[in-house]
Amino acid sequence: MQALFSQLVAGLSLGSILLLAALGLALTFGQMGVINMAHGEFIMAGAYTAFVVQGVIADAGISLLLAIPLGFLVGGLMGVILEATLIRRMYYRPLDTLLVTWGVSLILQQVARDIFGAPNVDVRAPGWLSGSIDLGITQVPAARLFILVLAAAAVIGLSLVLKMTPLGRRIRGVVQNRDLAETVGISTRSTDRLTFFIGSGLAGIAGVALTLLGSTGPTLGTSYIVDAFLVVVAGGIGQIKGAVIAAFGLGLLQATFEYSTTASIAKVMVFVVIVVFLQIRPQGIFSVRTRSLA
Amino acid sequence: MSTRRTRKRLLGAVAVLMVAGLVSAGCGSRVGASGPGGASAGSCADTSGNSVKIGFLNSLSGTMAISEKTVHDSLLLAAEQINTRGGVLGKQLNVVSEDGASEPTIFAEKAGKLISSDCVAAVFGGWTSASRKAMLPVFEGANSLLFYPVQYEGLEASPNIFYTGATTNQQIVPALDYLKQKGVKSLFLVGSDYVFPRTANKEIKAYAKANGIEIKGEEYAPLGHTDFATIVNKVKGAGAAAVFNTLNGDSNVAFFKEYRNAGLTPAAMPVVSVSIAEEEIGGIGLDNVVGQLTAWNYYQTIDSPTNAAFVQAFKGKYGQNRVTSDPMEAAYTSLFLWKAMVEKANSFKTDDIRKAADGVSYDAPEGTVTVNGANHHIAKTALIGKVGPDALIHADWSSGAPIQPDPFLKSYDWAKGLTG
Repeated sequence: MQALFSQLVAGLSLGSILLLAALGLALTFGQMGVINMAHGEFIMAGAYTAFVVQGVIADAGISLLLAIPLGFLVGGLMGVILEATLIRRMYYRPLDTLLVTWGVSLILQQVARDIFGAPNVDVRAPGWLSGSIDLGITQVPAARLFILVLAAAAVIGLSLVLKMTPLGRRIRGVVQNRDLAETVGISTRSTDRLTFFIGSGLAGIAGVALTLLGSTGPTLGTSYIVDAFLVVVAGGIGQIKGAVIAAFGLGLLQATFEYSTTASIAKVMVFVVIVVFLQIRPQGIFSVRTRSLA
Repeated sequence: MSTRRTRKRLLGAVAVLMVAGLVSAGCGSRVGASGPGGASAGSCADTSGNSVKIGFLNSLSGTMAISEKTVHDSLLLAAEQINTRGGVLGKQLNVVSEDGASEPTIFAEKAGKLISSDCVAAVFGGWTSASRKAMLPVFEGANSLLFYPVQYEGLEASPNIFYTGATTNQQIVPALDYLKQKGVKSLFLVGSDYVFPRTANKEIKAYAKANGIEIKGEEYAPLGHTDFATIVNKVKGAGAAAVFNTLNGDSNVAFFKEYRNAGLTPAAMPVVSVSIAEEEIGGIGLDNVVGQLTAWNYYQTIDSPTNAAFVQAFKGKYGQNRVTSDPMEAAYTSLFLWKAMVEKANSFKTDDIRKAADGVSYDAPEGTVTVNGANHHIAKTALIGKVGPDALIHADWSSGAPIQPDPFLKSYDWAKGLTG
């Protein structure tokens, strides 16, 4: 019984990590249709932001809380620069975008290696995030609980922006019908740029959070990029709620399979489930009905 | 273009991308059997002038760069020291560096280039077993020499490779002896899913069976695995007396963070690691590994004049905050062993060196090491260490004398049937 709850927690936690890594992608890939292979490197940039902030402010707790907004800014700015210099020249050319952003991701990894060195760096977790919190039936590592809360906050924040603000309405308008949005006077250029800023910024936040669990090194992002794309594709392109359900679904599946078999087999089984699922429902869990002529 | 069609294309592109990712993950360790240089025989090394070329082949990019860059640094230090002391047979060393890029096929390709196009007298480098296995046919085909500086899973002895890292009976077996001596009655095995951990665990299980140690569980994580919640849950649930860790690379960081967060301590359930050296401790975070055990043949803290000189020279060249580790020391030693062999043979030719190799010894930072001419490994002293609060590893136990290398574990009764 205890194992069941521990695995439930492990699955939910893995889901929240996948969600954080994929949320920004759900925006840039899902809403704008840009395949950004450098998304993983924005995650890495967020992680290194946490490291740099900790170098300035020694207190691990304060520096972590400060690194979250800073990571968002760093990721977002890198995203805007990438969008303004390269990606905007290749809208509607998804395969070219894929190759170009992949090249960018390799360059960014090497830049990180040159600045911070090849070995991993250590970002200390604050005292209140190391150790576990006892829930009676099972124990939850505090760091994982923190990430779960952070992921929930990011989803709620993003949904509020999309639903309540003029910017959110513009973003949704552009997604549903770009031409019509342009005709009614929405600047799709600046909307695209802002969308990309938010999406890349969310990757930065994910990076800050991941320093609590794993290694902080130049290749941090590559470990998450494929899983992040899986979440967005399985969730259905253009839908935040799809990404949420897909992330937790995949997290729980991975944890369940991993407990009953091994980590390697579990990975394969999750892939098989996704392939079968996409055969039955190629559009993912949810899909946007648009009024554009198809 | 219509949005829907774009989306369809996007899905197609993503599918291509993922398949590519899977394929490259699956084939990452494929051995390049058809590497160049395999066909050409004989070395073209030019030793007539007053300098001689040697090749350093380490991953300076890709996932292994984190470890192999440090080996490259210590090889360069050794070459520099040999040159300032008059070279080898009076010839200055001329180093050609190549990047193996963490890809076994590229290692094979670059090894071929170093041998047949750069005409080097010997090559130093390689880290993963996959890279060594990929280079092996290249060196055997061209009858050239490779010096391989990393501990590995054993069960190999090529006439064209000198292994200056530990084989299993100089690292894993002593670690098991140590645990048995400490009264450990049960073990949990955690490793990365590739050749080294799987072979090592096969040997550990045979040892355990013969020595009455119970194996409570065995878990493998794919290379680069980042979420250890489930594996640590299993470790915690099994309740073994100690954990034997053969994880490689970044996975160690995620594993030890999870291990500590789950409330497991070195006092209650120590972890013995065979892939964590001084270099990695900073990246894992000292708080997460302090008090845990490691098995190696060299630590920076070894108290000897030779080691003090090595550490001082390394820090002098690369900075005071740098540390030295076992593979770095083994690489440094390999260059001096090659020099001693060449000077004993009075020749740079592979066949002459091979004949002269047996019994060549060198006063290395780890202590005196001696080459075994029969299997091309070297006799080394095993040291079990504990990670101290100063982020260095301190020897807690020593085998006392150098252990003769036995890559096929022929002298151990319990290992019968393992090696076939």
